Amino acid sequence: MNSFDFNKQAANVLVWLLLLAAPYWLPAIGGYVELGTRVVVLGLAAMALNFLLGYTGVLSFGHAAYFGLGAYGVGMMIRYVVPSTGLGILVGTLVGTVAAAIIGPLIIRLRGVYFAMVTIAFGQVFYFIAFRWNSVTGGDDGLIGWTRQPLHLGFVTVDILHNPNAFYYLVLVLFAVALGVMAWLLHSPFGRTLIAIRENERRARFLGIPVDWHIWMSWVISCGFVSLAGTLYALLNNFVDPRALYWTQSGDFVIMAVLGGMRSFWGPLIGAAIYVVLQDYLSSQTENWMSFIGLFFVLVVLFFPRGVLGFIRRRAAS
Amino acid sequence: MSLLRVESVSKHFGSLVAVDNVSMTVEPGELRAVIGPNGAGKTTFFNLISGFLTQSSGKILFEDEDISGFLPARRVWRGIARTFQITEVFPELSVRENLRIPVEVAAGYRLSPWLSRDADGEIRARVTDLLDMGGLLEKADRLVGELSHGDQRATEIMMALALKPRLLLLDEPTAGMGDQETYDITQLIRKLHRDQKLTIVLIEHDMRVVFHLADRIMVLAEGKMLAEGTPQEIAANEAVQAAYLGKVAA
Repeated sequence: MNSFDFNKQAANVLVWLLLLAAPYWLPAIGGYVELGTRVVVLGLAAMALNFLLGYTGVLSFGHAAYFGLGAYGVGMMIRYVVPSTGLGILVGTLVGTVAAAIIGPLIIRLRGVYFAMVTIAFGQVFYFIAFRWNSVTGGDDGLIGWTRQPLHLGFVTVDILHNPNAFYYLVLVLFAVALGVMAWLLHSPFGRTLIAIRENERRARFLGIPVDWHIWMSWVISCGFVSLAGTLYALLNNFVDPRALYWTQSGDFVIMAVLGGMRSFWGPLIGAAIYVVLQDYLSSQTENWMSFIGLFFVLVVLFFPRGVLGFIRRRAAS
Repeated sequence: MSLLRVESVSKHFGSLVAVDNVSMTVEPGELRAVIGPNGAGKTTFFNLISGFLTQSSGKILFEDEDISGFLPARRVWRGIARTFQITEVFPELSVRENLRIPVEVAAGYRLSPWLSRDADGEIRARVTDLLDMGGLLEKADRLVGELSHGDQRATEIMMALALKPRLLLLDEPTAGMGDQETYDITQLIRKLHRDQKLTIVLIEHDMRVVFHLADRIMVLAEGKMLAEGTPQEIAANEAVQAAYLGKVAA
């Protein structure tokens, strides 16, 4: 028991050290800082999805809607309202979270494939709005004419636009806060009710847990952190287009979570790292990079159903 | 005041009448058995009381409050806990975790993002008490899915008990068990009834268990109530013998 906990803590420390030092070791192995930022941003999205998928047992294929709402929220805030990165992140995250909270009651009674289908449908609604509403969203060309703004911290102004390291660390701080909140919730009595729902919904219901409302809460929390990831994604690219809202983007999050291992806290981050690095490398070699990611995904699901991290863990345990 | 009053409830599934105008009154501290041949509507009757199904007509009162329209979770909050014919537990969690969840819910912490040190200590102590009572202390850290059928059933009963119910519904607690396991579970139920003064309604097929435990017995057949009375009265009832006990003997 104690040695197991020790391993777990050692793994946590290792992951955080790697993330903290990423701007220094990434270039040394042929990467670049923005690649690390991308991994952290998409990792946050996949881990947020996994709060719902891995810990509540509910599969959403529509998380891109809230990712995209966060992205458009921050972009439109900076473009049209006030040029502030901080306010943009706040507003973008709120927009996505509130949308999820409103849509939630309409879908929480559905289960399994029906839930997944309806989340896709709602996601596509936002996609078509962004696609069609040219004058405001830039339509298919995306929302341009804005960039992330310097960060004013009172005593000092940080240029996150031209200094990729500074932006990486801003993303990492928000990532750490989001993960801290999620980990803390999962270890609380509330988190245990979610795991109860995942394990046996009927039993959970007859233990006095109002299952639908707990799923709603899990959904809102999950979508809230995905919205946050969306705002960071738009800031990373200084750009947002309707593809951020498209259902295949939701599929990518699911792939990342399953690839890395949806029963482990860090799994989706590993999945995101594999996905982003493969995409970065393969897309420079071939136009058909998605086929290779697809093949890799199929192999992992067939041979390591608990994901890459699940496989490593089992090897470490035996 | 009666604890539970079921007033002429019926349940139709299309043209099938699963429960037909059945009434039942359970007094505090009573252990009531519901028996009847397969397909008599016993489990459906239980599902109506626990809120798993909604009755087509009739009323259910718990402590004089009409709970007919309450969702299952709300009935649990009022004090009705149940087990299922096919054991419903959290197989991939340890016995301790299985018990911890209902203990936390019953203590009102289901939405809490954190617990004080004191609250955590109280919850741990309560879980340990329940493990002890259910004879599960040595298996506390094993996954429930790895345990024997009897231990899984004991876990499920203790999970229901963790909710501090005023009425415990047990749907065939000894179904599919060997003699030793049946004996152990029977002793556990007897202990809960005698020591905790817990009101229990159970469905049971094993007549040794029924006559050993029950204060009163209700007999259902084809959705209707056939008879009700003490074990002696039921054993002597000719209609019951014809419809049910006769069949078993044959």
